[in-house]
Amino acid sequence: MTNRLKTMLTSGAVALCFLASSAAAQTELRMTWYNDGIEGEVMQSLLDRFEQDNPDIDVTLDVVPYKAILESLPVQLAAGEGPDLARVTDLGGLSEHYLDLTPHVSDPAYWEASFGPFLQWLRRPGEDRAISGFMTQLTVTGPYVNKTLFEQAGVDMPGEGATWEDWAAAANQVAKALEIPIPMAWDRSGHRVSGPAIAMGAGMFDAEGKPALVDDGLKKMATLLYDWHQDGTMSKELWGSVSGSTYLGANEDFANAQVVMYMSGSWQIPQFAEKIGDAFDWWAVPAPCGPAACTGMPGGAALVAMKGTEHPAEVGRLMDYLSSEAVLAEFYGRTLFIPGHLGLAAAGVDFDTDDPRARHALQTFAGAVPGISPTAFDLQGYVYNRVMFNALISRLGEAIVGELTLDQAFERMTQDITRQIAEKERGG
Amino acid sequence: MPPRGDTTAPLARRLQSAAAAPAVLFFRLLEAPFQLIQRVGGLRPMPYLFLAPNLAFFGLFVVVPLFVNFAFSLTGGTNLYLSDRVWTGTEQYEFLLDCTNFTDPLTCREDRFWKGIFNTAVFIVFQVSFLVLFSLITALILNRKIRARGFFRAVFFFPVLLSPVVVALIWKWILLRDGILNAFLVSLGLPKILFFVSPEWAMFWAIFVSIWAHMGFYTLILLAGLQAIPPDLYEAAEMDGTSRERVFRRITLPLLWPNLLVVIVLALIKGVQIFDEVYVLTGGGPGTATQFIVQYIYTTGFSSQVQNFGLASAASVVLGVVLFGLTMAQLAATRRKDDV
Amino acid sequence: MSDAISPRPSLGELLSARRGRGRRRGRLHWTDVFTWVYLALGIFLMFGPVVWLVLSSFKTPAGLVEFPPTFLPLGQISVEVAGHEEPLPLFRATLEDGSVRELAQVRRIGIVSQMVDPADPERTFRVPIDRRAPVREFRMAFENYVDPLKRFDFTRYLWNSVAVTVAATLVTLLINSMAAYGLAIYEFRGRRAIMLFVIGTLMIPITVILVPVYLVVTSMGMVNSLWAVILPGAATPTGVFLLRQYMLTIPTDLIEAARMDKASEWRIYWRVVMPLSLPAIAVLAIFSIMWRWNEFLWPLIVLSRSEVYTLQVGLNAFQGELDVQWHYILAMTVVTLLPVVLVFAFLQRFIATGIASTGMK
Repeated sequence: MTNRLKTMLTSGAVALCFLASSAAAQTELRMTWYNDGIEGEVMQSLLDRFEQDNPDIDVTLDVVPYKAILESLPVQLAAGEGPDLARVTDLGGLSEHYLDLTPHVSDPAYWEASFGPFLQWLRRPGEDRAISGFMTQLTVTGPYVNKTLFEQAGVDMPGEGATWEDWAAAANQVAKALEIPIPMAWDRSGHRVSGPAIAMGAGMFDAEGKPALVDDGLKKMATLLYDWHQDGTMSKELWGSVSGSTYLGANEDFANAQVVMYMSGSWQIPQFAEKIGDAFDWWAVPAPCGPAACTGMPGGAALVAMKGTEHPAEVGRLMDYLSSEAVLAEFYGRTLFIPGHLGLAAAGVDFDTDDPRARHALQTFAGAVPGISPTAFDLQGYVYNRVMFNALISRLGEAIVGELTLDQAFERMTQDITRQIAEKERGG
Repeated sequence: MPPRGDTTAPLARRLQSAAAAPAVLFFRLLEAPFQLIQRVGGLRPMPYLFLAPNLAFFGLFVVVPLFVNFAFSLTGGTNLYLSDRVWTGTEQYEFLLDCTNFTDPLTCREDRFWKGIFNTAVFIVFQVSFLVLFSLITALILNRKIRARGFFRAVFFFPVLLSPVVVALIWKWILLRDGILNAFLVSLGLPKILFFVSPEWAMFWAIFVSIWAHMGFYTLILLAGLQAIPPDLYEAAEMDGTSRERVFRRITLPLLWPNLLVVIVLALIKGVQIFDEVYVLTGGGPGTATQFIVQYIYTTGFSSQVQNFGLASAASVVLGVVLFGLTMAQLAATRRKDDV
Repeated sequence: MSDAISPRPSLGELLSARRGRGRRRGRLHWTDVFTWVYLALGIFLMFGPVVWLVLSSFKTPAGLVEFPPTFLPLGQISVEVAGHEEPLPLFRATLEDGSVRELAQVRRIGIVSQMVDPADPERTFRVPIDRRAPVREFRMAFENYVDPLKRFDFTRYLWNSVAVTVAATLVTLLINSMAAYGLAIYEFRGRRAIMLFVIGTLMIPITVILVPVYLVVTSMGMVNSLWAVILPGAATPTGVFLLRQYMLTIPTDLIEAARMDKASEWRIYWRVVMPLSLPAIAVLAIFSIMWRWNEFLWPLIVLSRSEVYTLQVGLNAFQGELDVQWHYILAMTVVTLLPVVLVFAFLQRFIATGIASTGMK
């Protein structure tokens, strides 16, 4: 017993010393990553191949909970303790920490040609040349429906050009006929609401490009959502049950056929393919329309290089490899992600699935990209868009549970946004 | 302890001797320097010497951060390092305290801070009183001569060891729409209840779950107090034929009072700090119904896109002042009772 | 917790209360009934949720969402059918003539399921999907545990967690007991102030000083080393308070006698006072182990490299942006819970004696 304890203690001490002095002969790069599905495994296999071809570079993938990407990573970056590369979703908000890869990649023109519009999302305000990374995944928001339920209920699915009201009515009809508890569910997220709000005519910015969230279009969508929660079209379980900007999805409920129509986005495809399989026909439908447009929101996660890195040249080589057309085609194909690469988007990616539902959904969402409203693109590229999304969802949530009236909620949204942007611009 | 203590004793002894060997060596090694100092300075420097390491840690990881925290509260912007931050004076405090009517959070500029304070107040009133009540009942019952007392003590104590996240997940799993509690309600012919959609239910479960998780600890403190009451007092009371209710009021309660006060103080301090359990359980919702003050500080300073350290720090300073006041009042009360 | 083995106490024994001797023997006082009901309810309320968690963690995703939930984990039976490569899922289907048969499903088209009789693969049936129910048997879904665990370096994280827990607990025990000794044995200037300060720090939730502590740790260059998790929480106010209260109960004569024998102060501390305080030290050890093992938020900030992840960080790494997977969450919750339960089972006898004699009054 004594001996074992001693060996444990000594080996512990040795391990600690080893960790403290991990002086590597090769260049070590750290990539902070989070997972929604299998993309971490795919990335790891790509990195293994890269390391084989480049024996002088060692890349370590540090997989963290998504919470750490949102909360810890900004603090680590600000303290100069960040990784060399990271997969982030707050594209503009962290832009002050990004490295401009232009001098370090072999062919900046390729980057400009392949990732043009998405590079802008990663740039600091007022900047128009920097290359900092690429989209590991482009996402488009849009609804899924449980087609099998529609068939069982004998209700026709609204076709191309149908409005949100049409869909709500149809979903209600199906739910009523089959006693489904939730006719319609939306992710609890400001990002999700923004697309339909723009469809209703929301402008999001004023003439000078300053954020102006609350206008008639947004009020229209917000009122509609508010009413749906009161009349039972949407369940308060999602929007009414947590506070602030906490994200909640209805993916589990949808996968269990408890929801007729589910407003989410393209990133659900791999998960639905795995979880639902052929239990029912889950069907992605084009974004429903409002008076102004029929649009979802673009979005996604990007792999970016960080300014704090000590090895920009090696980071450049890694990024060259990962962003090459062949490698990206494999990455998107295996992960079932919509490509964030213009060439691949045009040529089409061979997705690694034989599920007809998943193929249809990928087609629908990829096909929706060209139709996305320019306002939605601007909003996604805006540095403080998360401030706007968070104000929108948290205040609307408070209105839906009855803590605020809708008018009070609108007023608070504007206040929240002004206040937070002012704080940010005070220096930082 | 029931007889089973005997069976574990050899194991415990073996464990002890195994752990002792390196420990003995360690303490031997430290003997020389301590002896040297004692020889030079006598007894006077010794208490400071013993306290030094602990106080050094406190200084580094509590006092320095507290000062940084206070300095943060007087600055604005989103920079991490104090030297880069913009001096704002008392602006953050003014913003927090800017209310036209302090009894209505909606009239405040920072309505969520005030909602957090109100929610926390409601929470601790109910949580602390029921926590103390149930701890007392449990302690009284465990103090009776029942079989398998050790087992029952373990039953009531073990949730104390679970992490807040685990506690919250366990209960969330029970309370979901399709959870087992709703299944039970349906089997009784009642409708399902969406517990996290109703503000009252959400608050009820926040209180219930935090009592479930922490009751064991306070029960043990009270149990210790009960066991310290001399049994002859009870025997005398029994001779006189005093009723049990009267014995409880006249003997047990007064003699247990110091322990009860410790329990109340600790429960209050921990109640104000409530965060993780409820955050995972209800997410602070519905709306802001179970958003407590520490959650407000956490979201403001940490989990929103604009990490507003200044405002969060100001809020934590306000919280600190309130807590300090509460504890001082409690300590004063304790002292008076002790003197009696 | 091996008390559980001891034979179930009979009702009568259970009710024989401390003061139940003498004249009242045999007559049930209302408190006796209450005791019995309370304890039964206590077991149910305290153990029930954890038992339910463990049972649920072995259910398949489909089993988890079932309503009303089944008590035991069940899995759908699949059967081999001649002419089909993969085993087919078995259903109990109600046919049009009202008869019920066990059929295997070949595929589903829209709302109609195409089925085959496993005994007679030539006969096919078309059954509406709402007229069939899966046939199931008791089956534990171990994949809930295996899948997430093989996605990362479990042994490395486990080792890190153990290293952090052990090292931090040792540091805590040493410096807290030294401080408690200083505060309990000596009369000196500033003692009251230091005591007040210790109680004061009890009131500060770590959550509110997260960022300043991070700054301190960064400036010491400890980020991404296990020391960053071990050191900041080592000086616990609770520990100092607990140990000091206990040491106050040690008779001063003992210490005076040791001094007479020319024992040095250090020697008195570790040869006389420490052994006598063992129960309280055991309590602090249990608490420290539990605090360190369960720590999540702080390691998440200071540890960003996978080789230093603790188990809590690693186990949560599968929580993505957009997906809540209950079957994994429940299983991983059980994994984090196990070691604590084991430590508790071994050390629980100290808890009672330790706290009971800390003289918390």
